Amino acid sequence: MISEWPEAGLIVVDGPSDPTPSLVVEDRRVVELDGRPESEFDAIDTFIANHAIDVDVAAETAALSSAELAQKLFDPHCPASEVRRLFGGLTPARLVEVIWQLDVLEMMLALRKMRLRHQTANQAHVTNRRDHPALLAADSAEAGRRGFAEVETTVGVAPLAPFNALAVLVGSQVGRPGVLTQAAVEESVNLRLALKGLVSYAETLSVYGSAEAFRDGDDTPWSKAFLASAYAARGVKVRFTSGSGSEVLMGHSGGHSMLYLESRCLLMVKGAGSQGVQNGAISCIALPLSLPAGIRSVLAENLMAASLGLEVASGNDALASHCDIRKTAKLMLQFLPGTDFITSGYSVMPRGDNLFGGGNFDTNSLDAWTSLQRDFQVDGGITPVAETDASAVRERAARAIQAVYEELGFPAISDMEVEVAVSGFDSDDLPARSQAADAEAAENFFRSGQTVLDVARALQKHGYTPEAEALLALIRQRAAGDYLQPASILVEHENDLVAHSAINTPHHYRGPGTGYRVEGERWKALKTIPHAWVPQEIGRPEQPDRLFRDKGLAENLGDSDTSSGSEVVVAVGPAMGESLVATLAELSHRDVLHEILQGIATEGAKARILRIRDTADCAFIGHRGAQLSGSGVAIGLQSRGTAVIHRQDLAPLDNLELLSQSPNLTLESYRALGRNAARYAQGRSVEPIPVRVDNTARLKHIVRTTLYHRREVEAVVCDAEPVEVEIIARNSAHEHTQQTLSDGKTS
Amino acid sequence: MKYPLYEHARDQLRLPSDRPIDSVSISNLEADDLSAGDIGVRAEALLAQAVAAEAEGFHQLAANLRRAAELTKVPDEEILEIYEALRPGRVTPEALEALAHQIEERYGASLNAAFLREASIANRA
Repeated sequence: MISEWPEAGLIVVDGPSDPTPSLVVEDRRVVELDGRPESEFDAIDTFIANHAIDVDVAAETAALSSAELAQKLFDPHCPASEVRRLFGGLTPARLVEVIWQLDVLEMMLALRKMRLRHQTANQAHVTNRRDHPALLAADSAEAGRRGFAEVETTVGVAPLAPFNALAVLVGSQVGRPGVLTQAAVEESVNLRLALKGLVSYAETLSVYGSAEAFRDGDDTPWSKAFLASAYAARGVKVRFTSGSGSEVLMGHSGGHSMLYLESRCLLMVKGAGSQGVQNGAISCIALPLSLPAGIRSVLAENLMAASLGLEVASGNDALASHCDIRKTAKLMLQFLPGTDFITSGYSVMPRGDNLFGGGNFDTNSLDAWTSLQRDFQVDGGITPVAETDASAVRERAARAIQAVYEELGFPAISDMEVEVAVSGFDSDDLPARSQAADAEAAENFFRSGQTVLDVARALQKHGYTPEAEALLALIRQRAAGDYLQPASILVEHENDLVAHSAINTPHHYRGPGTGYRVEGERWKALKTIPHAWVPQEIGRPEQPDRLFRDKGLAENLGDSDTSSGSEVVVAVGPAMGESLVATLAELSHRDVLHEILQGIATEGAKARILRIRDTADCAFIGHRGAQLSGSGVAIGLQSRGTAVIHRQDLAPLDNLELLSQSPNLTLESYRALGRNAARYAQGRSVEPIPVRVDNTARLKHIVRTTLYHRREVEAVVCDAEPVEVEIIARNSAHEHTQQTLSDGKTS
Repeated sequence: MKYPLYEHARDQLRLPSDRPIDSVSISNLEADDLSAGDIGVRAEALLAQAVAAEAEGFHQLAANLRRAAELTKVPDEEILEIYEALRPGRVTPEALEALAHQIEERYGASLNAAFLREASIANRA
């Protein structure tokens, strides 16, 4: 963390050089922008004046105060389209002034309303340090299966770009037809990959908010805008990249605040006619996060973009903080409102293989991510997938790229490489592979006339017909141009693909009960996480182990030794040895009772076991037992393992000793319990049983406790009297069970 | 043409090779009857997309798509040449003007020509 240094641009808003908003339009021409006359415009001002400002709405917008515009942005009753129309008349400085009227919570609500596409989605990063094709394909397949709408790759070694793009394309279509893919490489290479049909979108068009930073980026607003048109001319979706912090990092903030410079970027992006942007500091995220209001400002960036009618891929890709609390809290600002792409790149593979320097969230966080979606009933764009399903698509993808390499004469991918790519942890596990040979073959492929059609043909020939069909469907979509519209993704529809975008599936939010809601099939998919257990199965005995044989009602034991002062009753819960056979500490009831009886015997007392049938409560079980005990002392033992030493004269909820944290109890604890109960029965001095205190026990065991207790309660028989039971010896218990089962069969 | 064109105007959509969009099929793939010329988008589709974008208030995107429609006729090499020329300090204003003139004459790309001239003026400023 650092304190603000405004002159150096280390401040999120109100930089000392930030202009006062102004806009003068003459004859439908912008002649003054944020305090600067046309004669003093820099290239960015000129571009914004010429292309981004809607001069026809400028007067209407100017008549509204920033507070009024902020109110419209926030108010669910003001449609998003109306906000976008009015915001067409905002200058960069005015846009900041309006957005900054909202606090974080208001911005989140506004961002939800302004999101372009009805349903949220997510983008994946797929790379590895070895640029290994089988691993790239396997990871892309898993990304597709997990529901990522887009997969972005890049290269460790530049000449491998065509092969990486190929592996990601093939793999992603194995996971789910219609995943859009891209390779973040040099623009001319990327464009050629697009012409070959190996990538379907580009996100590499970076812009900067100061003319100096732009020049260092070796572009101008016009070169970037031209590139955007060039991509569109080839049917390739384009998303620009901006984000606060880049200018100050490059030493060119000019004393402007981060948010003002980002506002200039966004108006330029809009002016260029890009359908969208990835912003929210992106790779510079840790820089605004070192400053006051940094996270608020990053959210403001996303909201500004959406308010201008841009698709938003909202960052959360690069490492934001070492602190998991801050990192997750920051994520929530996009996760809860929902953006077009919650992350600009979720690292589907382990962080170490992420060549974007990213991996804010990686493969290890997938379970946490899907749990959060389930917790909040929010769609973060990642579908939970069972391990077996993930493995199956990984295998198919690795085999598919192996087949393509074989068919097109590329350096062979061995079965061993496929196997490790499917089941290894990361690229370190892979066997050696010559990058020189791959690079040479990739160069030849790049220069050749081979295209995605040759890839599709290879797949078809080797039996990968659905994947070949998916590649053809992508070519057809390209000819339609549907995914060039704002916030487009491709989804499966009647054995083909269809685009979902701001044109045909816009987000209409007008308050509670409106807009995108996680319900129906989507909710079912999101709540079915593979790491959730089936509660009915928890604690269910795997093997029958009949523990007790009934001897008759306890109160009818006229000749039993109830007059003896040294008898201890062991009163057990109604489910013990029946629908439950072990305690929460996973000690079998047989072992637990053995220890208790041994403990009682050690002290020279006698024991009698009674099954209490009319209550599941530990105190009442013990209390009931004590009423029937010769000594007046009883042990109450619930099936889950909670135990109490009770005495006839005590109130039901009072006790002599209570072992409440059953998950922490050991067999020694139960032996000591038996010993102490015997000593109480004999009127001797007693050293209380030491118990381990574990503050996490409630957290760890509350679900199982609930389920075990439910079983105990289910076994309760109203008004049933206690029954005296005896333990069936282990070996004969087996015979007895067999007998019972076969009896069941014959009857 | 109603959006999504693929759903509502499929019969009118054509490939860059001028064949119907449904030519991109497994049977043609197996018959080796598809080529690089079938990959891409035609000006007609881009112009229809521009209309759809305009109707929803995405004016700048519509303008971009109209420029893109013109560029469908410009070969890849020339596209890369123009992009390079637009980058900082690459060419003189005269050279940029020559490029503008060239694409206007050869391909009727008047929107892009105007765009290049605008860049030329801005670069001089």
